[in-house]
Amino acid sequence: MSCCVPPPVFAEAIAGPQRVGPAADEILLSSREVDKGVRQTDLSVPSIHCGACVQAIEKAFGALDRVESARVNLSTKRVAVRWKGEAPPPLFATLARLGYEAHLYETGDDGKDPALGALVRALAVAAFASMNIMMLSGSVWSGADAATRDVLHWICAGLTLPTLLYSGRVFYVSAWKALRHGRANMDVPITVGVFLAFALSVYDTIHSGTEVYYDATVSLLFFLLIGRTLDHVMRERARTAVKGLARLAPRGALVEQADGTREYLPLREIGPGMRILLAAGERVPVDATILSGSSDVDRSLVTGESAPAPMEAGARLEAGTLNLTGPLTIRAEAGERESTLAELLRLMEAASGGRSRYRRIADRVAGVYAPVVHLAALVTFLGWMAVNGDVHNAVTIAIAVLIITCPCALGLAVPMVQVVAARRLFDVGIMVKDGSALERLAEIDCVVFDKTGTLTTGQPQLANAEAISAETLALAGGLAVHSRHPHARSIALATGDTIAVAFTNMREVPGAGIEGVLNGAQYRLGRADWALTRPAGTTGTVFARDGDLLAHFDIRDALRAGAREAIQVLMAGDMPLEIVSGDEAVSVDAVGDALGIANRSAGVMPGGKSARLAALSASGRRPLMVGDGLNDAPALAAAYVSMAPGSAADIGRNAADLVFLRDNLDAVPQAIAIAREASRLVRQNLVLALVYNAVALPVATIGLINPFLAAVAMSASSVVVVLNALRLGWSFPGRSSHTALLPAEATA
Amino acid sequence: MTDFFYLIPISLILGTGGLILFLWTLRNGQYEDLDGAAERILYEEDEPRRDWDGI
Repeated sequence: MSCCVPPPVFAEAIAGPQRVGPAADEILLSSREVDKGVRQTDLSVPSIHCGACVQAIEKAFGALDRVESARVNLSTKRVAVRWKGEAPPPLFATLARLGYEAHLYETGDDGKDPALGALVRALAVAAFASMNIMMLSGSVWSGADAATRDVLHWICAGLTLPTLLYSGRVFYVSAWKALRHGRANMDVPITVGVFLAFALSVYDTIHSGTEVYYDATVSLLFFLLIGRTLDHVMRERARTAVKGLARLAPRGALVEQADGTREYLPLREIGPGMRILLAAGERVPVDATILSGSSDVDRSLVTGESAPAPMEAGARLEAGTLNLTGPLTIRAEAGERESTLAELLRLMEAASGGRSRYRRIADRVAGVYAPVVHLAALVTFLGWMAVNGDVHNAVTIAIAVLIITCPCALGLAVPMVQVVAARRLFDVGIMVKDGSALERLAEIDCVVFDKTGTLTTGQPQLANAEAISAETLALAGGLAVHSRHPHARSIALATGDTIAVAFTNMREVPGAGIEGVLNGAQYRLGRADWALTRPAGTTGTVFARDGDLLAHFDIRDALRAGAREAIQVLMAGDMPLEIVSGDEAVSVDAVGDALGIANRSAGVMPGGKSARLAALSASGRRPLMVGDGLNDAPALAAAYVSMAPGSAADIGRNAADLVFLRDNLDAVPQAIAIAREASRLVRQNLVLALVYNAVALPVATIGLINPFLAAVAMSASSVVVVLNALRLGWSFPGRSSHTALLPAEATA
Repeated sequence: MTDFFYLIPISLILGTGGLILFLWTLRNGQYEDLDGAAERILYEEDEPRRDWDGI
């Protein structure tokens, strides 16, 4: 069992004096009233990972004033807090003190999933009915006399009818939809088979017949419902996990009205022309122009540029950029719907490439299989009519064919493997949106990476800490801790937590740096041309005393953890790699050289990225796109399959098929390896299921199968398929972080 | 055989009871945090669970 100490240090906690987490207004806005005077706030805390975390958080929240109750959900990594009063308790500060980063979780829905509830209830009813009917059928087939048999048949009929009506709805609805659109899916033979079998069984029960199909129909529904439920669970879990991550756009903004009053308005009520007060550390809510103030603005999520840009009055800000160093008054230029995001959404819709054309394996198999089953049943019926002209006999055997070939194991073959694969991926911190993403991931033949925030951390780090004396570094850290500028944070992080330097007259100059006075000397930390009075032949970030150079900081956007290893594994698997970045050529080349990726392009606009992916697809390739920014979103949508880190912009996460929550880039080769193994097992399962049908079909056609045997054989084949799916992951000993790619021929 | 017919309603009633119990646990939210439930059993403090009707 892993443990929770030491708590992860993250940037928010370092920038001590500044506010942690969203504004109280935003928390209030997103909370919901659950009782009179009691409000509930849902937080998503992705770093909760063991029982000790649960206890620590619940205890800390329980000790807060006005907190009614707090409950941690370890499976969904969420905390539900109920509190009283007007203003929310210091939830984010408490979590930050414990070392957890938290995000507000979307309210609106209360975390319940009605579709899943309905499926599980249907499954439970089918399980109950099939167990009892099997038990009764068992006694019939072990030789009950005629009178007893009829009674038992009537009891079975009584159990089957409500089950068919209640549990089978999901299939009837789907079959009806398919038929209305002139298509045939797997649910059509299921529906036809179930109803014919039931009708014939009732007829036989009335006429005191010996062979009835109650057991087969109900257990068919039971096994098929398992497949449906698993499929649903997998999609839903990934969706909610991804939904709980940080939002890029705030939920609202502090608006200054014409009469000078200030009010926190939700985002959708903000319109062009409104004056918004934007504190340091907040994201720009809508496209806007700066009216007054100056600051450094981090645009990395929007454009891919790694260095923050100084901005002054008159400059335009895109929605989603982060105001770093100074408070700004801005004027909204567009509402929520018309902001930069909307433009990107339009690009994304235009771009959705590979996935809309992709047909899932199960659908492809069904497309061939369903007509074959219908044809086989029809031929059987006509054949027996021709042989002896006995309608009842012909119908019985035709139904036996329909039931025995019903795609029970086929219905389980694919979702079972995908659920197990999704569970394996979940264990290593990777969320899959749906099964089709896994199938597509197994087929990729090249990988396109974004740079900023994907190959790199997107958080600059101090590269030459060893070259600077500890004393100087501590002084610099004492200044840096008061700034939100990413360069200052990297210095503060490098000095550790022994920061107790009491500077006075501290002042942050947006676009330049931060200064302070200590023992009569003036210290400056920031741009060289501002901090130094005499040019010292150095650029970049420096630390100076009275204008004299003390230290020069080499600050770089560090490679993401595991980037080297991940790239090596991919290259060892002969996967062509490519970098497409919106950043300038110098930084792209530095990263490309460090990782050994020769194929790279810099300064690419969002439209250019998706065009590159579209060109790859057009040339018959199946590219995997890995990216995080807003500018990557159209490319993520255009790719055959896409991955995004959990730190990505929310629109990018929504566009991506897979999201990896841990920082390590190892997730990419791991996901590919698991997808390929899953793909192999899916194929094995399909073969197993089809072999069973191929054996059973001729036997059923010549009328040698009795209903009880059919039901048993059907269950047996389903169990075999499930057991085979569970083999997934056996070849990854101990879930090690270094996973070799499986040979690509497994996906051929 | 007919002497044992009384067993059939008994088994059906027991089965229905199990089904209803399962549906109740489902509605009661007992499957919403399976990982958490596995951990909570190890806590030393044995406090009664506060009334919590669903997260």
